[in-house]
Amino acid sequence: MSSPGPYFGRFGGRFVAETLMPSLLELERAWLEAREDAGFQAELAALFTSYVGRPSLLTYAANLTRELGGARIWLKREDLNHTGAHKINNCVGQGLLARRMGKRRLIAETGAGQHGVATATVAALFGLECEIYMGAEDIERQALNVFRMRVLGATLHSVEQGTRTLKDAMNEALRDWVTNVRDTYYLIGSAAGPHPYPAMVRDLQSVIGREARAQLYAAEGRLPSACVACVGGGSNAAGLFAGFIDDAAVDLVGVEAAGEGLATGRHAATITAGRVGVLHGSKSFVLCDDEGQVLPAHSISAGLDYPGVGPEHAFLHETGRARYLSRTDNEALAAFRLLARTEGIVPALETAHALAALPELAARYGPDGVIVVCLSGRGDKDLPTIERLSGGGA
Amino acid sequence: MTTAPRLRSAFAAPGRPRLVAYLTCGDPAEATTVAIALAAVSAGADVLELGAPYSEPSADGPAIQRAMERALSRGGGLTQTLRVARRLRDAGCEVPLVLFGYYNPIFVRGAGFAHAALAAGVDAALVVDLPLEEQAELLTPLRAVGLDLVPLVAPTTTSDRIERIRALAPPFVYCVSMTGVTGSALASPESLATRLAQVRTGTEAKVVVGFGIATPNDVRRLAPHADGIVVGSAIVRTIEEHPGHEAAAVARLVGSLAAALR
Repeated sequence: MSSPGPYFGRFGGRFVAETLMPSLLELERAWLEAREDAGFQAELAALFTSYVGRPSLLTYAANLTRELGGARIWLKREDLNHTGAHKINNCVGQGLLARRMGKRRLIAETGAGQHGVATATVAALFGLECEIYMGAEDIERQALNVFRMRVLGATLHSVEQGTRTLKDAMNEALRDWVTNVRDTYYLIGSAAGPHPYPAMVRDLQSVIGREARAQLYAAEGRLPSACVACVGGGSNAAGLFAGFIDDAAVDLVGVEAAGEGLATGRHAATITAGRVGVLHGSKSFVLCDDEGQVLPAHSISAGLDYPGVGPEHAFLHETGRARYLSRTDNEALAAFRLLARTEGIVPALETAHALAALPELAARYGPDGVIVVCLSGRGDKDLPTIERLSGGGA
Repeated sequence: MTTAPRLRSAFAAPGRPRLVAYLTCGDPAEATTVAIALAAVSAGADVLELGAPYSEPSADGPAIQRAMERALSRGGGLTQTLRVARRLRDAGCEVPLVLFGYYNPIFVRGAGFAHAALAAGVDAALVVDLPLEEQAELLTPLRAVGLDLVPLVAPTTTSDRIERIRALAPPFVYCVSMTGVTGSALASPESLATRLAQVRTGTEAKVVVGFGIATPNDVRRLAPHADGIVVGSAIVRTIEEHPGHEAAAVARLVGSLAAALR
């Protein structure tokens, strides 16, 4: 693992209130110690195996490959993890760290609710208090996850400020943290926020890429042509990319949410259409106006509905190591249905954005190509949204 | 070159602690803010903090969040805040002006910010989300034009960080009274007095305390322990509660706070 300084090129940093700085420094020290500690790593590996259900499968999508008529497509099945998404990888690791640091209380923001559920899950497992901040609009569109968090014993706060979505939930979580910083661990769910979160979350999610690389090698005896993942804050993409970052021949492709279309202004394609700015503790691409006011993002997927993006993605974009595409709500919905019908797998709407890039990528790499897609989560939570959009049909 | 001379000289003379009044610029409208600010100075405010509205005020409590939303809905922001400063100077206002805000609007404004602030008559900037580790990229251009940056010290700030902050020789150090957002309940005056003494000891630096200070009684209790006292959310709430009579209501409040310092 590379040593994580606060910056990825000119992106990253620690743009937070002074009140939080000592805690960020404490967290950085604790994380650097833990990642070098064989005991911690053994405990994490044991939880990955016996609790999360790792390694997750790498499934060859034969029908989808045939349907698209191009590169062979493999699905990295993070949807099969306990709690149904990649978010648990990060939460198990940070939950262990919180316990090791003697913190008694976890707080988290959540968009689609997957990170809230995963945080509430590890809080229950480790016997920690748990409070989750979620935008009021997201609470309406992710009712199932809201109920799951309550079943798990978490206290849920509905955030009514601003656009009532993920960014506002993060503001409110920061306000809680600045107030209760001495006994509270802020469990950020994405590869965003101030240092050390982007590097720490990437490290914890890198299990996705490490496993995928070994599994594909075992199955195909080669590296993939490309790795593809959806990008909101960017944690599942960061985790997948980490396994292949040093393999220069492997293309890394992130897919952002184009919402109703880039031209409408109603989208969440931060790298594609944003500018460099500072949001929620780090310098990265941000959707904001000429006055530096953050613009409301839009996506059908609550987990991608965020006007920022993790700083490592900004860096990978600027250096050209990764390429970032965007797909609209409608393209994601079509991909959602296609995977369900061809493979019998119902993906999360976030994941469906990555799948929506496959027609283009399968054609580009052709029948000799191999693509690994991070199937970052399962779609049960999105079924009410799909049902509403399709008027009861599917 | 001495930076922020107007601000430094405002704190240099002996005497009672200075009263620092915070306003969210553009709440409820640009012209009203100018009138409120002038009224506050007439009523006894020694320094004005001009709050630049931002869409993500993650260090502010509900009162200032609402003020920023009101201001933003009517064209508020960094540009308007600088215009308010210029209008105050043009109206003959001579108290130090500290621009109080978040970093993104300043960062997006880019290299021209320091000159724009100077031209507007601002003396210094206080940027909530720009800690010691990140401040160089703003401090350097500000100092190059004779302005300065006001650093914050929080209850969680360690003594080695306090040393590093004081070593910057800022015009004053803003000591945050409690762990929390603006407008929260004030911490116990005893522990706060200890903390302020710790930050002031063995230094030339002026120490101003803020967050949660609302009443003449709060001001009176803290007066012996600080070089300046900031009142923010209480003023913002007064503006909210007196539509159409904002300047007069703020003048009454500031007058009572200034009287408590005499």
